[in-house]
This record gives sequence, C-alpha cells and structure tokens, in this order.
Amino acid sequence: MSNAENSNQYSTIVKDGLWDNNGVFSMLLGMCPTMAMTTSATNGFGMGLATAVVMAASSYLVAVFRNQITTEVRIPVYILIVAAMVTLVDLAMNAWMHELYKVLGLFIPLIVSNCLPLARLEAFAAKQPAFPALLDGLFMGLGFTIALTVIGAVREIIGSGTLFADASLLLGNSFKVIEMRLLPADMGVLMMILPPGGFIVTGLLVVVKRVLDLRAGKEIQMAGAHAV
Amino acid sequence: MKEFAMIMISAALVNNVILARFLGLCSFMGVTTRIDTAAGMGFATTFVITVSSMADWAVQTYLLDAYGLGFLRTVTFILVIASAVQFTEMTIKKVSPELFQMLGIYLPLITTNCAVLGVALLLVEGHMSFINATLFAFASSLGYSLVMVIFAGLRERLALVQVPRLFAGPPIAFIVAGMLAMAFMGFSGIAAS
Repeated sequence: MSNAENSNQYSTIVKDGLWDNNGVFSMLLGMCPTMAMTTSATNGFGMGLATAVVMAASSYLVAVFRNQITTEVRIPVYILIVAAMVTLVDLAMNAWMHELYKVLGLFIPLIVSNCLPLARLEAFAAKQPAFPALLDGLFMGLGFTIALTVIGAVREIIGSGTLFADASLLLGNSFKVIEMRLLPADMGVLMMILPPGGFIVTGLLVVVKRVLDLRAGKEIQMAGAHAV
Repeated sequence: MKEFAMIMISAALVNNVILARFLGLCSFMGVTTRIDTAAGMGFATTFVITVSSMADWAVQTYLLDAYGLGFLRTVTFILVIASAVQFTEMTIKKVSPELFQMLGIYLPLITTNCAVLGVALLLVEGHMSFINATLFAFASSLGYSLVMVIFAGLRERLALVQVPRLFAGPPIAFIVAGMLAMAFMGFSGIAAS
C-alpha cells in the first residue's frame, strides 16, 4: 500500500472515531457510563479517558494476536483481554488519581461490560494490522471522551451553573484554570444532574448531531439502538 | 423480616438498576421494542443475575478474600458470569425452545450486560451477608424486568405515533425514558438507600 493510501485510511479512522461514527451519538453504544458519569464535565472527561486507554490497549493486543485467536473462542478471549486492561487501569488510577477513582467508583471495573470496546474489537481490530487497530481504538475512545465531556458540560451548566468544577481536585492542580462558574449558584435546575436529565440531554444531543450532519449535507443515521 | 422487605423495595424500586443506577442500558434500549421479548429478556436476566451473584459472593468470600487476590476481582467475576450465561442458555434451550428462538443473539450478550457485573460488584462492596446478597440480587433483577416491560409497553405505543423526523428512533426513546425515570424518582421517599 502506498503512503498516500495509508494516510487516507488513517484520516478516515480518525474522522469515524471522532464524529462520523461516534460511539455514543451515532452507534449508541456504551450508554451506561454515558448516563451515569456525566453529572459534570470533569467526571465525563475522566471516565472517557479511562475507557480510551482500555480501548487503545485492547485493540492493539487483539490485532497483534488476531491470527492466534480461533474464531470459536474469540469472544471469551476478547473479554479476558479487556478485563486484564481494565484491571491495570483500575489499579493505576487507584494509585495515582485516587480522587477521580473514588468518584468514578463502580464504573471503572464496569468498562469490561461496556459494549463499545467489544464492538470495536469484533468489527475492526480482529481483521486489521496492529497500527490501524491501535489508532481505531484510540480515536473511538477519544470520540467517546468528547461525547461524555459534552453531555457532562450541558448537564453541569444547566444543573449547577458551573463548568469543569473540581477539575483541580480530580485531574491535578494544573487544571485549575478551566474551572468556571457560568450561572449564579441558585439558578441550577437540579433535575439535569439527577438521572432523568441524563436521558433527556443525551436524547437531545443525538438530535443536535443529526441536525449538524444534515447541515453538512450528509445522510443522517436513523439506525442505532441495535446493540445489547 | 422488616429488614428483608426494606432491602427488596430499595433494590427493586428506589435504587432501580436501570433508572437510578444506569446499569443495563444497552438491553434497555435494544430489546424493548416488543413486550414479550422484553419480558423474556427480563426473565433470563433475572435468572443470570441471581445465580451469578450468589456464585460471585462465594468466590469473593472463599477465594479472593481468603487468599488476598482482590485485584483479580474483575477478571474472575466476568468468567463466573460468562459461565452462568452459558448455563442459562443451555437451560432455556432445553426448557423452552420458543423463548430460546425469540431471544436469539441477545442471550449470549447478557455476559456484557453491565447490570449483571454491576449488581455483583455492588453487593460485594456493600459487604452483605449471603441471604441479604441473594435477596438484593433477586430484587434488583425484578426491578430490571419491571422497567423493561413498562418501557416496552411505552415503545409499542410510541411506534404508532407520528414523531418529528429528527427525533425518530433513539432520541425520542431517550426522552421517554427520562420521563419514566422522573416517575420512578417518586419512590425515593419510601426507603432509605
């Protein structure tokens, strides 16, 4: 394959992951952390990054071993690889990002049963060489991070009037600058932070993506919600 | 007795697996287009959650805690769950071939239903006794089935309604689910979590 074709393929992978085939807004996969961990933009960002690391690492490993894994046992093998990566991320976050680890809690081990990593392993990494697979895992993960941060930001701004509150506490002191208060404290609509807000904001943001895609003259995807 | 009733109500209604804890959302969106499939899925998942939670409790207490292997929890639990799903699949195939046909691909995918792993992790982290843990798992999965069936009923109606084109499909389903979650918040006065 020539260099031009290569870089063309890579830019498709990047665009697919970040926008065109976004894990949350287009494929509607990985909804559980998407709803549960987006009460603030900071939480969404942290959750997304943890997932992105797991996705990149497991996509790479599956692609490397794709000729050794027999088709009959591939799903258990994928799950075990993802589970091993999740355990590493879990231990690392517990050691070095303890505050964030406490906030995300249950949803770090639950990355194992997030459909998004498994879907990408099955659809992409199982058939591709190691480098494109790594890229796909990474950018699908980053697309997931962006989606979670956006949902978190909308819910946080409407719900409590702040943006990236506690970022310095959760992510480290250098993130102090992005903490913002946009609305006075008593203007918040509590409903947005509570569970119903998660469903409603996600639903509306899927519509926003459809509107933007229509403006750009693309086909809008009416599919979705086909996964378990 | 009162303690048991509190555990059941709190797990099934107040802290509902789907609407309050956000677990198992993929199946909540994926298999709720018809009431009978949703009920079948609820039934199968109830069985898997109860069986695998009991097994996970035993594994945690007698294996992981006893030998200081806590860091292997995620890996072992997912293996226990995968075996429980396989077992359920074989049982359903034997007992009710019709249900087996109906659930199809969704049956093996219960393994990646986060409600199963989530409930197991919750009861282990709550340091519950065996009886409390079993009740908690059973009640949680009943709450899961209940919401699946209610939402499937709503979506059967929704399919007949003219929805703005941009909202068709998942977006309107999300918004309806949000309203259902609001209704379930009404239970929060009943029992302390």
